[in-house]
Amino acid sequence: MISRRDFLQTSMAASAILGASGFGQWSRLAAQQAVTQDQLLEFETFGNVSLIHITDIHAQLKPIYFREPSINIGVGSNKGAVPHVTGADFRKMYGIDDGSYAHYALSAGDFAALAKGYGRVGGLDRVATVINQIRSDRPDALLLDGGDTWHGSYTCYQTQGQDMVDVMNALKPDAMTFHWEFTLGSDRVNEIVEGLPFAALGQNIFDAEWDEPAELFPPYQFFERGGVKIAVIGQAFPYMPIANPGWMFPEYAFGIRDENMQEMVDEVRAQGAELVVCLSHNGFDVDKKMAGIVKGIDVILSGHTHDALPEPVMVEDTIIVASGSNGKFVSRVDLDVQNGRMMGFRHKLIPILSDVIAPDKEVAAVIDGVRAPFEAQLSEVIGQTDSLLYRRGNFNGTWDDLICDALLSEREADIALSPGVRWGPSLLPGQDITREDIWNVTSMTYGAAYRTEMTGEFLHVVLEDVADNLFNPDPYYQQGGDMVRTGGLGYRIDITQPQGSRITEMTLLSTQEKIDPARTYQVAGWASVNEGTEGPQIWDVVESHIRKQGTVSVSPNDSVTVVGA
Amino acid sequence: MELTRRNAMIAGAGALFVAGLPIRVSAAGEDAIAAFTGGADVGAGDITLTAPEIAENGNTVPIEVASETAAEIMVLALGNPTPAVATFKFGPLSGSRAASTRIRLAGTQDVIAIAKLDDGSFVQASSTVKVTIGGCGG
Repeated sequence: MISRRDFLQTSMAASAILGASGFGQWSRLAAQQAVTQDQLLEFETFGNVSLIHITDIHAQLKPIYFREPSINIGVGSNKGAVPHVTGADFRKMYGIDDGSYAHYALSAGDFAALAKGYGRVGGLDRVATVINQIRSDRPDALLLDGGDTWHGSYTCYQTQGQDMVDVMNALKPDAMTFHWEFTLGSDRVNEIVEGLPFAALGQNIFDAEWDEPAELFPPYQFFERGGVKIAVIGQAFPYMPIANPGWMFPEYAFGIRDENMQEMVDEVRAQGAELVVCLSHNGFDVDKKMAGIVKGIDVILSGHTHDALPEPVMVEDTIIVASGSNGKFVSRVDLDVQNGRMMGFRHKLIPILSDVIAPDKEVAAVIDGVRAPFEAQLSEVIGQTDSLLYRRGNFNGTWDDLICDALLSEREADIALSPGVRWGPSLLPGQDITREDIWNVTSMTYGAAYRTEMTGEFLHVVLEDVADNLFNPDPYYQQGGDMVRTGGLGYRIDITQPQGSRITEMTLLSTQEKIDPARTYQVAGWASVNEGTEGPQIWDVVESHIRKQGTVSVSPNDSVTVVGA
Repeated sequence: MELTRRNAMIAGAGALFVAGLPIRVSAAGEDAIAAFTGGADVGAGDITLTAPEIAENGNTVPIEVASETAAEIMVLALGNPTPAVATFKFGPLSGSRAASTRIRLAGTQDVIAIAKLDDGSFVQASSTVKVTIGGCGG
């Protein structure tokens, strides 16, 4: 007898051979060195249910450049597994031709050159076109937003997320879950959620005082689509009060709570759910682990760690779909559900190539409307860049090198620290740097650039603490960001060591002297999770620095030596 | 020296950071286990301990223990200066043999729950709870 799992795999293999899987198609198209909207969206409708997944938009309403990481190390059982495969290895794994648009969209390497050829990515008006196309194939397709939507731009900050709420409402999602949204503060989050025309889900969003499910965020929502009873269970980012300032939303508690997830899955199955979808902001490795523990989830739509994978990853009977970030991708997942069982799927990760996909006029008008009051501030040119500015990478990126330089000089510090966040678009060499560009990589509600004293010993504890959030071999102890970026400070990291022993050879770069545990250093940084942090806003610090430079140039950063990768 | 707001903040952050490294099991923890079990073997079985992987606030960490067949459940925070947290006793009239409370953890450590079952045998469950100042989410 053919098992369900065999069936799923057979179905996937067959669709790849037939060219219906997103990926086989891409390789063929890549050979043509040109692509049309029809080709990007080509999809033979399958089964009886369609899911549309978008996640981690970080308020990027307009097309941008976004370079994927070249360093994304996996540890423990995830060593060498996707999404911890980058660059040429990634392209080889999926059969992507060098120089193809799939190369450009999905992997690092020759980024600046390919960006000039293939153009910008994203833009929610282009995303709207893709969603409309899928809905024309399958009018009752579910649109699910994985969160990190109401954060990350000048207009989002100034309107406290209203710009994103207005534009997303125009896309008509069916459900959403959350992370950075909570950094708007719980009053504002509650205000928006109370007025949302779709479900705000999170089985792990609890009342902090009573440790009971928070009433405003139901754990799941049922949908009837194509004759199939679908339960969508939300999973918000588990470590919000730890990775972000908990004092901004003290009424809420989170956590992975996989035992409660299992209860919810059992509950919806008992109520007749034929398909169980988890809309998750766990991060990819956490979702993989959870899929192995919680039984009965058919599909996990995975967000938070910003990975874009051209095929779902299977863990037992669960498929995990990762849909990138910053509006760069939309995933379409068609499912065949029969007699309460997922019998097969067809999937495509659709890259939003902004020059290829036509903008939807209605949504473009909404975007223009929310931006209009701020257009003069957004478009002001602050300087130019000679270097490619990007953020992603486990240890550093040129944007954060520049931000650290700004902190060192503007705040007169020995050492600068910049948080290892994964949002923020890229700029190409030769581009103007506008105020909007600076805000795209710095905007947040706790952006004060502090200046403080730390001992060498304390700095070591800081680096060890953050490193364990990234390199703890158990995904449940990872928070999904990258290593804190350092300016003026070099170090060696052995990622295979336990916490407390990973970081050695800390060096003050200005003098090449070893960091003295007993000495006090002047440290500047931003995005402190502590209440009452004082200092100028980081975007003002960076703007002032860039104005003085005129044209910025970032030299290669070799201050971190990585061992054990 | 005047204690400014800024100094207070730095001091506060320092206290949190110091709590970031794992703490070793104390002899007091081993003694408490020996006293509870009388030296009997402790196996695995009918006991669940639910605790967060990473504490949102090390000063008040919600935990829950449950066992259908336990007469008593002892909870220890092995890394605390005083490991004993609580011992819950259940009888035939107990509505359910489960208890939840909040505990204070001095740092990253293992929390264990040992149940003495109705048949006199012992089972345990443990969970590592990380106490961290946190990093930076994606």
